[in-house]
Amino acid sequence: MIELILPPLFAGLALSSFAGPLGCFMVWRRMAFFGDAIAHGALLGAALGLLLQLQMNVAVMAVACLSALALTLARRYPGLPQDAVLAVISQGSLAFGLLLIGLQHDLRVDLMSLLLGDLLTVTYVDVTLIGGWAVFALTIIALFWRKLLLMIVDPDLARAEGFSVQRLSLMLMLLIACSIAIAIKIVGVLLIAAMMVIPATAARLLCRSPEAMVLIASVLSALSVCLGLTLSYFADAPAGPAIVCAAVCLLFTCAIPSTLRAS
Amino acid sequence: MTAAAHPDAILCALQGVALARSGNQILRDIQLDIHRNEILTIIGPNGAGKSSLLHIIAGLVQPSEGRVTREKRLRVGYVPQKLRIDNSLPMKVSRFLSLSMVDKVTQRQALKHVNAAHLWDRQLHGLSGGELQRVLLARAIARQPQLLLLDEPLQGVDVNGQAELYRLIAQIREELECAIVMVSHDLHLVMAQTDKVICLNQHICCAGQPESVSQHPEYLSLFGRQQAQDIAVYTHHHDHHHNLHGAAVDCGAQCRHD
Repeated sequence: MIELILPPLFAGLALSSFAGPLGCFMVWRRMAFFGDAIAHGALLGAALGLLLQLQMNVAVMAVACLSALALTLARRYPGLPQDAVLAVISQGSLAFGLLLIGLQHDLRVDLMSLLLGDLLTVTYVDVTLIGGWAVFALTIIALFWRKLLLMIVDPDLARAEGFSVQRLSLMLMLLIACSIAIAIKIVGVLLIAAMMVIPATAARLLCRSPEAMVLIASVLSALSVCLGLTLSYFADAPAGPAIVCAAVCLLFTCAIPSTLRAS
Repeated sequence: MTAAAHPDAILCALQGVALARSGNQILRDIQLDIHRNEILTIIGPNGAGKSSLLHIIAGLVQPSEGRVTREKRLRVGYVPQKLRIDNSLPMKVSRFLSLSMVDKVTQRQALKHVNAAHLWDRQLHGLSGGELQRVLLARAIARQPQLLLLDEPLQGVDVNGQAELYRLIAQIREELECAIVMVSHDLHLVMAQTDKVICLNQHICCAGQPESVSQHPEYLSLFGRQQAQDIAVYTHHHDHHHNLHGAAVDCGAQCRHD
């Protein structure tokens, strides 16, 4: 029986390795809701995929990349706050997705599996895919680490040193969007968005350096996967929600030291 | 003789530079040469385009008209007014300095140079305005710039601290032999070592050399002898004034400002 839980475990751990760093970038740039925007876009992607006879993965990824592009382009308009733009993308793609599905009466989209995924049905093919993406994403982050950090500290400072901030920013957004799109099929939209933001937020409570924060975010994420899957295995609980709940419990645990220090 | 070896070589030249943003004219007709080893101070009222001019020199902003020529491979050190870093990014001063790609020894030396060695282990977002200015300055000089750009380096620093920072900036020029362009928050008082002052209000209203404060008894009594050595006064010689719309108007006989 135990071998049934191995593919989900490996997939979850591979996911944790890149969800940690990318989640930190989302927290640092105040775009924690980017995950939700992409999530709603996934519905539009799925609808488009069925309509145009495209593979769903490809359509979802295309919509995710377009959302990232829209968010980057919106920065050119002064006076548009990032959270408002995210809300527009999020609600807009949800409405367009529902409209498309509503107009096509013979279209059937399994909303539940799109939103929550089913980690327990993951195969070794999925594990290879997500593992390969993890290696790719981590390599890119490592190569551009210093530039990305400088951009987050101060974009003008990075620009003054000759880095193309716009290109770096677009690269980061596309990396996050594609990571979410790839993970959707395996773990569902809600889980991947939560796995990026919750461990990164918890890690912020514990660290004094960006490198430590990224590392701890990944470790907390992996720990949540292990705890959640254990619960799911022994109590027959749904795996996705169990993992997210474990991450939230870890976040509260991480808040204990600083709460004690403050009082 | 190569351009770099020439003592008065022009590092950066602006020709007929203008900047307009969403219909508003911010800068026009800017002619400016920045020479090696020169300290240039930009003064002007709020909204005069001082920071925009500095951004154009730094290459952060492209002018809408005119030309900016820089010496080949010019190393520019830019010190912004403040960092846009978010609280959610934990970062020590030491890690921030290491983002400048120089070795640890140089980083420590640079921090010591600006009298801020004690800030090494502190978090960036816990620093006061004056402390942050020193750290930003340290990072800029660690990279050995040929052109150092400072955007209101004295903002939020008290008078004693100002004199000290001025002395530090003068010392940096001596040691690195770099050109320094800074934006000053004060319309009349500038650093004593300033070679050239530019009074900006969309265009260059007037330019010239400052006079030493120590020649003015009132200023001397105001600042004390110690500070007065580091501060100079700039007397404006305008041949025009700006009306309420900001347009330049030639001075008539009744106009007595200068």
